[in-house]
Amino acid sequence: MTLVTTPPSGLRNDPPPASAADDLGAVYRALGRRRRAVLAAGGCALAVSAMLDIATGPAFLPVGDVVLSVLGRGGDRMVDTIVWTIRLPIALMAIAVGAALGLTGALMQTILNNPLASSYTLGIAAGAGFGAALMIVFGGLLPLAEARAIPLGAFVFAGLAASGVYGVGRMRGATAEVLVLAGVAILFLFQALLALLQFVASPEALQQIVFWLFGSLLKATWDKLAAVCLVLAVTVPILARDVWRLTALKLGDERARALGVRVDGLRLRILALVSLLTAVAVAFVGTIGFVGLVAPHAARMLIGEDQRYLLPASALFGALLLSAASIASKTVMPGAIFPIGIVTALVGVPFFLWLVVGTRRAYW
Amino acid sequence: MRIATEGLSVRLGGVPVLHDVTATAAPGAVTALIGPNGSGKSTLMRALAGLLPHAGRISFDGGPRPADRVIGYMPQDIAVRPVLTVLEVVLLGRIGRIGYRVGEADMAAVASALEAVGMADRAGRLFGTLSGGQRQLVQLAQVLAREPAVILLDEPTSALDLRHALELLDLVRDETRRRGLTTIVTIHDLNAALRYADHAVVLRQGRIFATGAPASVIDAGMIAAVYGVEARLTAAADGLTTVAALRALPRGADALRGAP
Repeated sequence: MTLVTTPPSGLRNDPPPASAADDLGAVYRALGRRRRAVLAAGGCALAVSAMLDIATGPAFLPVGDVVLSVLGRGGDRMVDTIVWTIRLPIALMAIAVGAALGLTGALMQTILNNPLASSYTLGIAAGAGFGAALMIVFGGLLPLAEARAIPLGAFVFAGLAASGVYGVGRMRGATAEVLVLAGVAILFLFQALLALLQFVASPEALQQIVFWLFGSLLKATWDKLAAVCLVLAVTVPILARDVWRLTALKLGDERARALGVRVDGLRLRILALVSLLTAVAVAFVGTIGFVGLVAPHAARMLIGEDQRYLLPASALFGALLLSAASIASKTVMPGAIFPIGIVTALVGVPFFLWLVVGTRRAYW
Repeated sequence: MRIATEGLSVRLGGVPVLHDVTATAAPGAVTALIGPNGSGKSTLMRALAGLLPHAGRISFDGGPRPADRVIGYMPQDIAVRPVLTVLEVVLLGRIGRIGYRVGEADMAAVASALEAVGMADRAGRLFGTLSGGQRQLVQLAQVLAREPAVILLDEPTSALDLRHALELLDLVRDETRRRGLTTIVTIHDLNAALRYADHAVVLRQGRIFATGAPASVIDAGMIAAVYGVEARLTAAADGLTTVAALRALPRGADALRGAP
């Protein structure tokens, strides 16, 4: 090979002119504007969906009255009562739980570097399901009202399942592979235990277990809503500090480490937060599937993987999806409420297939 | 920042990969790390970047490892396709300094780095849609945007065409001189090493084979002993030596020829 003695250099070594930083700033601001527009549009859609959700039910309320009542300017006491005591907590619970599931799904997909991951991937929901079933079957032995025992059992066992995965991650290094393998083992363990409980349960208890597993927003109360919101309020500021490090994970572990990211510690820290969020969401409404899988994909398509925007967008789309599913669950069968877990899956699967088949590969 | 290794040994999965490596790299100079596939170049780079447990000592100006931001390490190109724009990938080089909101200093560093590698006009493109060579340029920009004192580049030109490879090496050498960086580059092209490096470290089977000025280290004997290749070196009128590889020697012949 011969060597060109003096290559004409198209690369500039002198400091760039002031305009270069300005041009780049313009590109950066345009990216930010587009993403904020997506977030704003999602927010508007969510507001509309929430109002429709509140208006829908055994008695359909005029949307205008609903809006006035929510704003505290309602004239009709009956409407106020229905809105404030029954439907508003349910509608807000759909939003809070949907946001938690969308957020945790995005975090799981990032830390496990796997587009199939969701809030439930590492056996957390299986643990919750077992905990709930345990309380349904044996909760009578505890000095606790059933309405409290079931969420408590679900929360505790979701935490135990996550701790199992966390412990293996601590021992063997928290790579995505180790966490997934540990999570799958935990998932099968709790599924087997749940099957065992279903095997010994009375027919009534069995039916109750099955309904719990379907997921339902109907038991939402202001207290439960406050618990979910509290956990969100605690975890979100912690997450905000890790957004750039999470984005760096998308370049692969080696590169992230070269950039000074303590990859294992980051994964375990995020896993702990995801577990807490998932456990509290699942405990009150059961295992509502697909939200945590689909919402982050929709967000990624529209926004990309800069986690400063991806995480809020995933939360927003999760909230929107669950709010819309709540409306659908009340309107599919007149006079009855379809289990919302079934609705999210029925709506989510075609949407997910469309994402996989119908969109550009560049998005994951 | 002067980097020195003393008796550096690394095992990967229980297998010894580097044995007793003692070498130095000086500030303001480009050190080329050369050797055949599997000789331990990348392992040495990863150890220098602080990514591998090791025996022996790595010192920076005689002291311990400095803060992460001081070292810019560019691993070999691996196919990741994050849904991130070029701008965001380069911004990640500022981790440790960058906040939720991107500051002016960060933006200026990124602009300067993108400009330097000639990718400023592609800042808004998705990283995954770039060619392999363009991705390497963006990754170099990420390293430069860190404003490090040490840069470690593992085969930075492997996906680049002839012109871009030369331009990248020109840039690396110029930045090294201008900013007094300590630059270590692994490179397969011996002609490029002869032309761009101030210092060469030759590895063979995880051990140092030779160190010194590239023109004194890279000769027919070394090429036969380390690569098992017969080569002819020609000194041109401008003082530049070029290497022409002639043929692969029979396996095992290298042990007979120039072993130290």
